[in-house]
Amino acid sequence: MSKKYIGKSVIRHDAYDKATGRTKYTDDLCDKGALVIRVLHSSIANGIVKKIDTKEAEKIPGVVRVFTCFDIKEKHYFPTAGHPWSTDPHHQDICDRLILTDRPLFHGDDIAAVVAEDEVAASQAIRILEKSVEYEELPFVLDAQEAMEDGAPQLHEDYPNNVLAHTEIHMGNVEEAIKEKGLTKVEGWYETQPVQHCHIENFICYAYGEGDRTVVVSSTQIPHIARRVIGQALGMDWGKFRVIKPFVGGGFGNKQDVLYEPLCAWISIQLGGRLVKLDVSREETFISNRIRHAIRYHITSWMRKDGSFAARTIKAWCNNGAYSSHGHAIAAKGLNAFPQLYPCDNIDGETWTVYTNRSVAGAMRGYGMPQASFAMECHAEDCARAMKMDPLEFRRKNLMPVGYYHAFSKNELYSDTFNQCFDKGAEIIGYYDKVKKYKNQKGDIRRGIAVSTFWYNTAVYPIALETSSCRIVMNQDGSVQFQIGETEIGQGADTVASQMIADTLGIPVDMVHPISNQDTDVCPFGTGVYASRGTYTLGFSIRQTAELLKEKVLEAAHQFTRMPVYNLDIVDGVIVRTTDGRELMTLGELALAKLYTTEGSQHLTAESTYQIKSNAYSFGCCFAEVEVDIPMCRVRLLNIVNVHDAGQIINPMLAEGQVHGGQSMGIGYALSEKLMWDEKTGAPLNNNLLDYKMSSFMDHPRLVGAFVENYEPTSAYGTKGLGEPPVCPVAPAIRNAIGYATGQYINELPLSPHTLFREFTAGGLINDSFAEEE
Amino acid sequence: MYDIKALYEAESVQHAIELLQEHPEAQILAGGSDVLVQVREGRRAGVELVSIYMLDELRGVSIDEEENIRIGSLTSFSHITNDPIIQKYINVLGEAVDMVGGPQIRAIGTIGGNTCNGVTSADSASTLMAWDAIIEITGPEGVRRVPIKDFYIKAKVVDLKPAEIQTAILIPKESYDRCFGHYIKYAMRNALDITTTGCSVNVRLSEDKKKFERVRIGYGVAAPIPMRATAAEEFLKGKAVNEKNIKAFSEMVLEDVNPRNSWRASRALRRHISVVMAERALRDCIEQAGGVING
Repeated sequence: MSKKYIGKSVIRHDAYDKATGRTKYTDDLCDKGALVIRVLHSSIANGIVKKIDTKEAEKIPGVVRVFTCFDIKEKHYFPTAGHPWSTDPHHQDICDRLILTDRPLFHGDDIAAVVAEDEVAASQAIRILEKSVEYEELPFVLDAQEAMEDGAPQLHEDYPNNVLAHTEIHMGNVEEAIKEKGLTKVEGWYETQPVQHCHIENFICYAYGEGDRTVVVSSTQIPHIARRVIGQALGMDWGKFRVIKPFVGGGFGNKQDVLYEPLCAWISIQLGGRLVKLDVSREETFISNRIRHAIRYHITSWMRKDGSFAARTIKAWCNNGAYSSHGHAIAAKGLNAFPQLYPCDNIDGETWTVYTNRSVAGAMRGYGMPQASFAMECHAEDCARAMKMDPLEFRRKNLMPVGYYHAFSKNELYSDTFNQCFDKGAEIIGYYDKVKKYKNQKGDIRRGIAVSTFWYNTAVYPIALETSSCRIVMNQDGSVQFQIGETEIGQGADTVASQMIADTLGIPVDMVHPISNQDTDVCPFGTGVYASRGTYTLGFSIRQTAELLKEKVLEAAHQFTRMPVYNLDIVDGVIVRTTDGRELMTLGELALAKLYTTEGSQHLTAESTYQIKSNAYSFGCCFAEVEVDIPMCRVRLLNIVNVHDAGQIINPMLAEGQVHGGQSMGIGYALSEKLMWDEKTGAPLNNNLLDYKMSSFMDHPRLVGAFVENYEPTSAYGTKGLGEPPVCPVAPAIRNAIGYATGQYINELPLSPHTLFREFTAGGLINDSFAEEE
Repeated sequence: MYDIKALYEAESVQHAIELLQEHPEAQILAGGSDVLVQVREGRRAGVELVSIYMLDELRGVSIDEEENIRIGSLTSFSHITNDPIIQKYINVLGEAVDMVGGPQIRAIGTIGGNTCNGVTSADSASTLMAWDAIIEITGPEGVRRVPIKDFYIKAKVVDLKPAEIQTAILIPKESYDRCFGHYIKYAMRNALDITTTGCSVNVRLSEDKKKFERVRIGYGVAAPIPMRATAAEEFLKGKAVNEKNIKAFSEMVLEDVNPRNSWRASRALRRHISVVMAERALRDCIEQAGGVING
């Protein structure tokens, strides 16, 4: 196979259409005559809906129907996580949602819906309806550890003390190990905050009847899973639904949950199959979709004089919000990473996923690792400082060594990835010089530099099914269309897939056309995109399918060239005799001949499924350089450099884009973003883009992403995950850099002026006369 | 889709006044960057609007016969920032309004709307306070002028009577002559943000540049409406340009700065930042004015 396109910055196939506004997203496709659905959300954090009087709302001109939780006659509890279905009932996701509920568990839960002819009528009805709900309010709890206390408000019957799940890991014997003489104990609490994905296209879907089925068009990462969940939620056969995914304006994991597809489908069915659209506002997106879990950690390490670990413990409390969504998977991922990133013979760890009366946490880029990386990499920095070691050298000494093998996942660290990434990043940012330059600064404005790393892997094997399917169909001119189950949501999956197909088939990339809009009726089965799996998993089915097609093409070529298949190849879209390099016919001539021949006409196509039984580590690092204005309690990020080993990079420009996006998300996570609730009412405080401080273009320095390319031996094309890793190391790198600048190593995100003011005051860096006023 | 009951387009100031008289419930629409957001949020749903946005006579910056700088109320933020008169005499105002929102908001948002909205966080307000701006109001009874400190009555309430329109903002010569100003917007991010606390200082030094002839300092979000730290201003009048006085001035703003505690920011943080901003803005003004500290 030639590498004509793999490794090149091929322009993404949808670039022109997106730049010119021609791309059709869900809302662009919806007929303007659609009825509009608006959801009435609970205005209490926990309680029971006693009554909703719909009379006044129904009188508003333009209102078609009002549906309330009391209209749900059959209660089909359903799961929402975009996890592959498990044939083992014990491994299936928790079914705890109803499309409308009379038992709201958080401020923002869905209790009724208005259908109207336009948005204005729907909004007017919602405002009236809000006032006509009678609740029985119950006490609520917002904090994970408080929710675990005896006597705390209980959210779900089968989960005492609100513990959705609790898992432990034990290695060696911590109790014995810490008796060793001369150990230094380092201990810390690390607190991460809830944030939201803030993809530019809010979730939207519409539904209509067609024959005896319902079609749902949705902005989703997981069309096939959405079809299954709609079936579960409505208690109907899955095949009664067809889900179509147009172009998507970002998902970042929020759209790896089934959100409002079931409600939208149900309402369409109630209205005899009428076209209904549910377009979620930004304010609703913040509280009634999914958010990132706030996780609180406690980590203790016992260090030997040489800077090695004698024993380590970790505890983590994961605030899951009111419903299970992805369940324990996120907390578990962080816990499993702990002994792998810094291996140690003696480790105790445990983690709890806890229900609280907050918005539901689910998947979000990094799937628990931005939180875990913050805790682990703040702690690593604290250990290095306690041992008076250079933080980078400390990491080199203690991180997962080359050759490390993880028995459960069968992952292996094949290359010296960590050191290679550190070396490259240190050189780009000038780490060692700046460490010296910024040592022991005085004054109001100080600079700092630091590094952090993270643990990540690719795809979900062996925890869940990994399967990928692909179909390639050849046209009369030798060009091809292809379909894959790895959903294009803006990340560029279709483009890298095109590059792989072009190289495997031996045709120019502009002869490869993705069918980007997935349709569960038409597209081969796939579980969607998540877990940084796309480029890795689609590679297997593409390679297999393209080779199948190539085989068929060469067999056909035999018919017209009389040459044996083993002496034929496809090069740049031409059938070539390999023995002398002679060009025999173009692929176009062949495809045309094969279709229209009166001797065995055939449409050239191939389709196959590959089940993946491997996974791959995907590591890297982040260097951050900051300037801290101490009196102003503000941080300016001067430089940020991420280096990743994602194996073979298929498309450098797209890969760099992934890194920049992750860095940008990481900057907001580190410095400004935090979703807040009123402690007294449980109501959200800042569910809008003004009060929720997502970082802006003006808060970013030039974002630098670089790569170390160690070909991944398990992969079809040498690739491994890159979608999520870039966000993981950013916050701890910034925290460590602020610490280096000021001496204040702060263990709570975000490192906003509010946090810095409190910590700088406590640390004596600024006059403390104001703090007393609080 | 916006829930608007009716929109009346004014063709002149007089027409706008008549429309407001005919439709007493109607609210004035200028650039719409506040009003339309509030309509969308449901706070002003079903509103009747009188748009004055097409009244070009209310746009632009000029110097009138009394040598006042006259800023038409519909002048956009981006216009103000780029206007040569502003840049020459009161550049700080251009800098302050350049920190509002993002480029699109600054192209549509107007200084009249920014002040009539009556919020303490408006980026133009602390500077207009600090430069003793005069608000020109036109209504059924004719034109009247109000000092900006009296224009602001309480949070979200300004001195506009029924059917009155703010038509211009004036900066008297006595206010801008030989003055140099600096504005600091303290916010949680560097763009698209509401001011946590804002501080606008301007300075007129003595001829020998060794003394403060006059110092004015305005704040946003230090109280329910934009305000001045008068105790600090009084203190510095006639004082020598030296470190001790700068420090004392900065601390003294706390006699007037009185923000509240909210989830957006604590009173303590806002008070602390007020002092830091006062000192930094004052130093910047001294430098612009050619003064030398301890000189």
